[in-house]
Amino acid sequence: MTQGDDPVLETRELSLHYGPVRALAEVDLRVPGRRITAVIGPSGCGKTTLLRCFNRMNDAYPKVRVSGRVFVEGVDVTTSEVDLESLRKRVGMVFQKSNPFPMSIRRNVTFGPRMSGVRDPARLAEIAEHSLRLADLWAEVSHRLDESALDLSGGQQQRLCIARALANEPDILLLDEPASSLDPISTAKIEDTLVRLKERYTIVIVTHNLQQAARVADFTAFLMAGRLVEFGATARMFTNPREKLSEDYITGRFG
Amino acid sequence: MPDSEPRVLPRPPLLAHGGAGVLTTALATLLVLLMLAVLLWVVAANAAVWFWPAPVWELELADGSRVVGEIVRREPARDGGLGPLLLKVGNRELGGDDHLAVDEAAIIVRRRPQDAVAIERSVGGEALGRFLSCRSLEGEAVPPGDDQALAAALAAAAAERRALRRERARHARVRRPLTEAEHAFERLRRSSAADAHDLADAERAAATLREQLRPRLETLEAAIRERERRLAGAAVILDTGAVSLEVGMATVERLTWSNRLGPLQRALHAAGSALRFLFSAPREANTEGGVFPALFGTVLMVLLMSVAVMPLGVLAAVYLHEYAGDGPLQWVADRAIHNLAGVPSIVFGMFGLAFFVYGVGGAVDRSLFADELPSPTFGTGGILWASLTLAVLTIPVVVVATREGLQAVPSSWREGARALGANRLQTLLQIVLPAALPGILTGLILAISRAAGEVAPLMLTGAVKLAPALPVDGEPPFLHLHRKFMHLSFHVYDVSMQSPNIEAAKPMAFASTLLLLVLVVVVNLTAILVRRRVRAAYRVLEG
Repeated sequence: MTQGDDPVLETRELSLHYGPVRALAEVDLRVPGRRITAVIGPSGCGKTTLLRCFNRMNDAYPKVRVSGRVFVEGVDVTTSEVDLESLRKRVGMVFQKSNPFPMSIRRNVTFGPRMSGVRDPARLAEIAEHSLRLADLWAEVSHRLDESALDLSGGQQQRLCIARALANEPDILLLDEPASSLDPISTAKIEDTLVRLKERYTIVIVTHNLQQAARVADFTAFLMAGRLVEFGATARMFTNPREKLSEDYITGRFG
Repeated sequence: MPDSEPRVLPRPPLLAHGGAGVLTTALATLLVLLMLAVLLWVVAANAAVWFWPAPVWELELADGSRVVGEIVRREPARDGGLGPLLLKVGNRELGGDDHLAVDEAAIIVRRRPQDAVAIERSVGGEALGRFLSCRSLEGEAVPPGDDQALAAALAAAAAERRALRRERARHARVRRPLTEAEHAFERLRRSSAADAHDLADAERAAATLREQLRPRLETLEAAIRERERRLAGAAVILDTGAVSLEVGMATVERLTWSNRLGPLQRALHAAGSALRFLFSAPREANTEGGVFPALFGTVLMVLLMSVAVMPLGVLAAVYLHEYAGDGPLQWVADRAIHNLAGVPSIVFGMFGLAFFVYGVGGAVDRSLFADELPSPTFGTGGILWASLTLAVLTIPVVVVATREGLQAVPSSWREGARALGANRLQTLLQIVLPAALPGILTGLILAISRAAGEVAPLMLTGAVKLAPALPVDGEPPFLHLHRKFMHLSFHVYDVSMQSPNIEAAKPMAFASTLLLLVLVVVVNLTAILVRRRVRAAYRVLEG
């Protein structure tokens, strides 16, 4: 990221508490646009919590307290005036465990647009095909769009979830360990998809798989105990980390 | 180990041994299943008596007399020997009692005459005897042996009765405007506010109508009288052993040659009896005829109850599970609903009587039916109040089952929908409620089973022994929510405990019980099938 480039996602002194437990501590992060940024760190370091701050999914948990600010494309989204539904349409999210709804593949993909009022079947069919193509799933499911999404394999389900998020035409895609429960082949497919998608989308991926971060991410943020230890270009970070903690983690001395 | 002798582990005492536990629990399970089987058998066997045609015996006794009847059972004897036989002789008009105990030692000859008939009558219970002769509508005698002529005479009489019923209904229809005018006049006369002018108008209107309708009504009345006269002359004459009995054709519902039936005919006869039982109205203080009004009342009451309880229960469960937090208020609401399920049903009956019948019903009467006071319309027990009372009673069942259904919906679906920009209502309607459907259906079915079997609250809120009219009929507004109704459970209680003729009522009580049982089992099986289908549509892949 060159100086002067506006970050697409930005946090300033972001802290978050679950009741008495501090999950994030004064995180300052600037995520560049149209790149893949990986968030790595040991379990429980706040990776997922940080990710969920960008689309305010932490709101669903009781007793969450947030301080500091989060900007999405320059707009502060921590204020109460933010329209959560339109924020979440702009900031798509894919979860660790694939969660297709118990309905047909077609209805799964078009869920977001249908919820925002798109009724026209032709338009919905167009959206479905476009999104499934983006997620590299079209060839596998085009002949059985009306079958239950629950009959897909684990990897296909996860790509369906990516397609479903893309159907909302978001600018930003958040992925929370999207390949953690998949086999290597499915994982590779998803990684290929992500690399292709970064031409159009800003992608943040949480992962505990360092090789994955090294393979796909342009930038990497290393989080530990709720603090942002180091942020930088992935290649530099993996070969020449500035912080001792980062080096220990990357070389496998803990975590 | 220093010593090389094989060591034997001590045998654990019996209670500590796992086998005893398995045995005890298995025996308990067996006992439970056995009790269930016995329950079904007792009810079904006793009910079968009602449907299955019994042979008719003619007994010659030591004193030279003869009796004709169906052997019901052997009565227990006091000294341990053989007790007397209980014989159903029917023909209530002869002795008043249609059962007779006969000492078996006194029987010299017993036979099953081929000409024995059992006649089901609309009035006076069953008539039993040997067929002597028959007098047709035209007054001609049909001799024994001419079965074709007899069948023709019976068919003609049945047609005549149907025609008579039609004409009476027509008479009532033609007369209805006059009846209403008379009713209006009567209401005006009784009310204190009416002035003399209106009263005279109403009286004149009724008189004019009476004059207008007189020729048509008189023609109809004459036709009715003629048919009544013809029917009154026709009869089947039976030899009951002691006397010959004329059974008027006006009352004959069904004539059965009990001793001539083959196995197939018996089965057909039983099936016919079952259909009559289901679809005809009760007679003779509910001990005969069918249970149609009770079945209808039960189904309608349950439907009304479901309409009331389902939205309320599901909405409450959705609020408690999806929206309400985890505070003390929610805890209290939760406990309150659970405890409501344990409140004795008579308490709900009293609540329904005080709140719905007297409270709400009284207010409705004062504001909408003031003309009818002091006779109450909604201020007395009725099917609406009974349904609402049972709706209150079954709310906990629906709430608890729906909450369980909601808990079974994976939270990842809720999160997924929210992350795609669906708002709370959309998430609820599109994702959560459809997936919770099995739980909601379970709640509905449990509520229906409970309501179909409840008696105590219904007795206080509108179930009656005999309702003069169904709550649904052809008269606007077609659904009469204020009417009293019959209910199967209450019907069982009534015929088994409140009947003047215990022996006659017994098969009816068991048949009604069996029907109630079948009804509940059918509802539950339907629920299981529906739930399985819904679950199959919403199954979640593991992993």
